[in-house]
Amino acid sequence: MSSLEEKIDEAKKLSLQITKETEDDRLMTLSVGPQHPGSGHFRFTIKVDGDYIVFVDPDPGYVHRGHEKMCEYRNHFQNIPHLERPVIHDSCNITYAYSLAVEDLVGITVPRRGQFIRALASELSRLSYTLYWLAIYGIFLGHSTMFMWPAGDRELLIDLLERLSGARVTNAFNIPGGVRNDIPYNFKEKCLAQVNYFETRLKEYEDIFYNNPLLRQRTEGVGILTKEDAIKLGVTGSVLRASGVPFDVRKVEPYDVYDEIEFNVQYMKTCDSFARAYVPVLDMRESCHIIRQLLDKMPDSGDVREKLQFNIKSSPGETYKRVESGRGALGYHVVSDGTPRPYRVKASVGSFRNLLALPFLLTGSKLGDMPAIYWSLNYWPVEADR
Amino acid sequence: MEKTNTENNQTNLIEVKEEKSNLLSSSLINSITTNFGDQVKLVYKKENRSKIMVSPENLVETALYLRNNHGFDHAESASGTDYPADNQIEINYHLGSYSNTDYYPYILVLSTRVDRTDPKSNSLINIFPSVEYHERETYEMLGVFFLGHPRNERFILPEDWADMPPLRKDFRIKGR
Repeated sequence: MSSLEEKIDEAKKLSLQITKETEDDRLMTLSVGPQHPGSGHFRFTIKVDGDYIVFVDPDPGYVHRGHEKMCEYRNHFQNIPHLERPVIHDSCNITYAYSLAVEDLVGITVPRRGQFIRALASELSRLSYTLYWLAIYGIFLGHSTMFMWPAGDRELLIDLLERLSGARVTNAFNIPGGVRNDIPYNFKEKCLAQVNYFETRLKEYEDIFYNNPLLRQRTEGVGILTKEDAIKLGVTGSVLRASGVPFDVRKVEPYDVYDEIEFNVQYMKTCDSFARAYVPVLDMRESCHIIRQLLDKMPDSGDVREKLQFNIKSSPGETYKRVESGRGALGYHVVSDGTPRPYRVKASVGSFRNLLALPFLLTGSKLGDMPAIYWSLNYWPVEADR
Repeated sequence: MEKTNTENNQTNLIEVKEEKSNLLSSSLINSITTNFGDQVKLVYKKENRSKIMVSPENLVETALYLRNNHGFDHAESASGTDYPADNQIEINYHLGSYSNTDYYPYILVLSTRVDRTDPKSNSLINIFPSVEYHERETYEMLGVFFLGHPRNERFILPEDWADMPPLRKDFRIKGR
């Protein structure tokens, strides 16, 4: 008898040990990306407790090309084509910031007409990027029409950029000293017509997507990033403006001709995923206003470019110049030692800064809210990897 | 006649803006120098930009002062530059402010130089949480160990990276 009771006791202990859940048994680790279609070239590891995300660890670097190192081997003009690669849709803004930095080091000013043309190119580029982002945001929230429409309308702006620079996406149009070429014949009229038509489409986006009750239910009140947290994490761009900070580099630190342009900094105070998805659309509307003003105020003749030597030597020193890109403030810290090649280039990109908000927002939210939060961060993995 | 008027107005506006920026810059630098004296060295002062150099021991103290007294609340970037000739690595924090509207256009570069053979620096993660990933990137790209940072780990580079930190000057790209 006694031996049997002992055996039963032992069995009970054993079964208790087996059924006792350790933390590792309870949590499940999921790897999202880089092959997962919903993350881009980027992986983050999450741990879920049932339906709730309890741990997030981003792991960028799948498309790291080391272009900060590559810059040290090339001169300022050779750097332009490879610097724009991380976000090919927004290439004009990336090269804009680098050009400003080089011009500051060399000590030249760009002719006025050139300033207008490169501002115009970067606004078109911004629209093209934002539409691409909106298309992806639409499809990952299960709204395939919202993928088709922006992807189709983007062709209008790509056409304009193609007429302007000769390439559809990787334009390499803004270079140190101005822009590569003048605007083609009849460009102003064509641009005005396309942009005016495009602005009417924004209203339709709102009707079909942003006023859609399904979208509102999935995004409103989801992923709250309060103003204090946004400031603490140092996020930028639409993520910051959706949290109630009216910060736009074009307004607070106008470069080139932006101090002559009238526009509003669009921001919202609801701090949720919906605000982060809606602010870029408000920005697109402002961009249309800006483009019309740029076309109107552009001088009819004049140089578009201050001709620089190919192997231009910059004075020793350093500079930090920034522009407002589609994903927020984009700054280049360029150190020069007096040779034609930069000594050190550091890109401070919006995506890398907004990445810090990802673990902050996802931890504690539901797994189903993941796409709505992740894509609302306006995160472009390739840019963060550089 | 009208046109010349507007042009005059515009140049006036620009002058006013520059004056304001200079005033801001001067008052900031004055306040730092009166507080820290010789510990802080001004490297340059430009429009909306200035750079100060501190010794590694005074880095945290200066950062804390800038945050508490001037409203610098985030870092746009933290990076390093290698200077093999001086046997030093320079660490730059580009600080900005979202809470003080006067400092919206302003970037203050807080920099320090550490020894290149055994680079160690105090982390600013407790003062500016936004430097977390930037410092991690600096660790793997330049090999600077940040004391007090919870994760001095691989971030962007491949997992099997076995060479020296690639942004050091003695790392050469193959074939170049």
